[in-house]
Amino acid sequence: MKRAWIAVAAASALLLSACGGGGNDTPVDSAAQTINIGSVYEPQNLDNTAGGGQGVTEALNGNVYEGLFTLTDTGTVEPLLATAHTASEDGLTYTFTLADGVTFHSGKALTSADVKASIERVTAETSKSARKSSLAVVKEIATPDDRTVTVTLSAPSISFVYNLSYVWIVNTAAGDLTTTADGTGPYRLGEWKRGATLSLTRNDAYWGTKAKNAGAVFHYFTDATALNNALLTNAVDVVTSEQSPDALAQFESNPQYKINEGTSTTKLLLAFNDRVAPFDKVQVRKAVSAAIDNAKLLNSVWGDYGTLIGSMVPPGDPWYEDLTAVNAYDVEAAKRLLAEGGQPNGFTFTLDTPNYDPHPTAATFIKSELAKIGVTVEINTITSDEWYTKVYQQRDFQATMQEHVNDRDVVWYGNPDFYWGYANATVTDLVKQAEAAKTEAAQADLLKQANKIIAEEAASDWLYLYPQIVVASADLSGYPLNGRNSQFFVYDIVKS
Amino acid sequence: MITYLVRRTALLLASLSLASVVLFLLLRFLPGDPVNALLSVGATDAQIEAARHQLGTNEPVAAQFVSWLGDAVTLDLGRSLISNLEVGPEIAARLPVTVPLTLAGFVLAVLIAVPIGFLAAYRAEKWDGPLLNGVAQLGLAVPAFWLGLLLVTIFALNLRALPAGGFPAGGWSDPAAAMTALVLPVLTIALVMSASLIRYVRAATLDVLGSDFLRTARALGSSLPAAMWRHGLRNAAAPVIAVLAIELATTFLGAVVIESVFALPGLGSMLTRAIAQRDYPVIQGVMLVSTFAVLAVGFLGDVAQRVADPRLLRSRS
Repeated sequence: MKRAWIAVAAASALLLSACGGGGNDTPVDSAAQTINIGSVYEPQNLDNTAGGGQGVTEALNGNVYEGLFTLTDTGTVEPLLATAHTASEDGLTYTFTLADGVTFHSGKALTSADVKASIERVTAETSKSARKSSLAVVKEIATPDDRTVTVTLSAPSISFVYNLSYVWIVNTAAGDLTTTADGTGPYRLGEWKRGATLSLTRNDAYWGTKAKNAGAVFHYFTDATALNNALLTNAVDVVTSEQSPDALAQFESNPQYKINEGTSTTKLLLAFNDRVAPFDKVQVRKAVSAAIDNAKLLNSVWGDYGTLIGSMVPPGDPWYEDLTAVNAYDVEAAKRLLAEGGQPNGFTFTLDTPNYDPHPTAATFIKSELAKIGVTVEINTITSDEWYTKVYQQRDFQATMQEHVNDRDVVWYGNPDFYWGYANATVTDLVKQAEAAKTEAAQADLLKQANKIIAEEAASDWLYLYPQIVVASADLSGYPLNGRNSQFFVYDIVKS
Repeated sequence: MITYLVRRTALLLASLSLASVVLFLLLRFLPGDPVNALLSVGATDAQIEAARHQLGTNEPVAAQFVSWLGDAVTLDLGRSLISNLEVGPEIAARLPVTVPLTLAGFVLAVLIAVPIGFLAAYRAEKWDGPLLNGVAQLGLAVPAFWLGLLLVTIFALNLRALPAGGFPAGGWSDPAAAMTALVLPVLTIALVMSASLIRYVRAATLDVLGSDFLRTARALGSSLPAAMWRHGLRNAAAPVIAVLAIELATTFLGAVVIESVFALPGLGSMLTRAIAQRDYPVIQGVMLVSTFAVLAVGFLGDVAQRVADPRLLRSRS
């Protein structure tokens, strides 16, 4: 019998002997450092016009690929591959001059033909880009010489330059861009180990300011706990965006880590189907909005993080205005509005709720809040896939919840065909005028007006704005805080 | 034995073909659309249609089936609808994680379960036998992901002895790093699996200890170890082998959870992601490989059982 016990002990010893390892504390030269980044957004493929998802933007945008313009982490649009541009008086013709000495990673020099082909990739029939519809105004692209691109639009579009910041200039001769990359950025694509890591290495032939580190490795996790554990064990240096507040406590009290709250553009919406009764009545939508205590909901989901917004516009957009007072929490007002809307005894509706956090929690909260004004909520939990088919495509819903992640997306309320079916001719017109505006000030003014109307009409209930939380090791600096539209520029990050 | 092997192999191949057909049809009739994973909110109807056309998911199921069957016969598992990568090489790239994980977990579980199960039976009348059995019973109730998190908290977060998860980017090119990455996941699998194995080993051993042939052997002057070695082990082995085969198959499938907890780039995590995205070629490919592995393990288990106990060859099939 002793022998059996010895076998067990031996096996354990073997196991423990494999548990070796340990740290080394060599002082660092930041330019030689590789930055380890933890993320839950693994790219689906490497092409942002082929449905690569937000992961591909996070890893490659600004790092491997560059646009004619760049949207900075603070939300301004700055020239990048285009050194200069002019717009014609009527706003229909844009002429761009390309920067000197730019080469792709493959060594080929950037020419105007690449720019033309890159824009056409986004507007092509097979394009899966979310930006396709905003670039539909592009009528013609001409390349008078190697360094000049002239774009003719079918209608004036003040957002055109901003939209170009999403268009990657790619070497279209590079082959299948879903699995390989050839950009002009400060990093080359290293190796992509599906399900695990994607690495970037510094491009020493970069035309601009070279990256401050030797490279970066994105480590991908499907489990948020595993991701945070990686940060706690120094397997990664930074987590691009924390998905749940529960994890933050372990970093808050630890001086080795820094929690950064940036400006998010992700709104959690209770979207009504404005086409169908009773949500076709403004009073009913206002009643429902006023009956839900958004501050309490935000606190229960995110604790002290996050912000309340009274509309679709986050503080980072140029046309932001604080509209939280418009349909403020007021149960008595809600009851009155409900009666005005022809539903004095309340009503019952189905809330299509995506099955992942925080939607189930928020749905339960909404249900109990609305019970106070006699409105009964039937929660119907669905997968994101079902959401896309049932709600987005077939518009077969009464009310739903969804996160809308992009900035400048208030303009969807100007489209009566959008899934929530909000139709107000004035808003549609304001959005159209804003796009045709001559100056950015005029654009901002018009969109502010549109935003005010949708808030007053409670087109949806904007529950809250997510916090954008980057947690990093305390010796790391230079990382983006706002992660605008999922970008994560790596080139300025240094480890001290 | 040879007739048996031929018949059993034919059955294996038949099961595999049947499973693959069922799999194909089931997937196509599940609700959900892979286009949804590729397009975002804001996509136009024209974009949705164009994407369906490009992926070929707008074709009739029969046509999709014929084209898939044609490829599968030549071992071409197709390309992922989402990443556009070939499924075959992608699966091959994941096997160096999943296979060692499963096998090491299994072997360690056997190493733990056989002596403990035997002890629990042999000392059933004493204090330590029931104690071991009780601990094993308790182990059965522990979910694998919880045990995994517990081990991570102890060995990775507190003791800093092992990584909390992940797999070296270089894979097995640095064997020490790869093995270190697998220690906690393997331990998790082994502990969970050994809990159920201990009970089987104990039951089989109790049967043998109480059997007539062992009593006879001892009455004829054989010592207990000698009697166990000559008669007992072989008799206890057959039922245990059957269970082992099932357990090995279960471990392979259960690696899904473990790979997620430990962020390992194996087949399990590949499958979960593919299911979420309705990436049919990937789901089919992974399921086909898993089904084959499960069937093959069952096949080997059956053969091993008959080698251990030739009476089975005569009794049935």
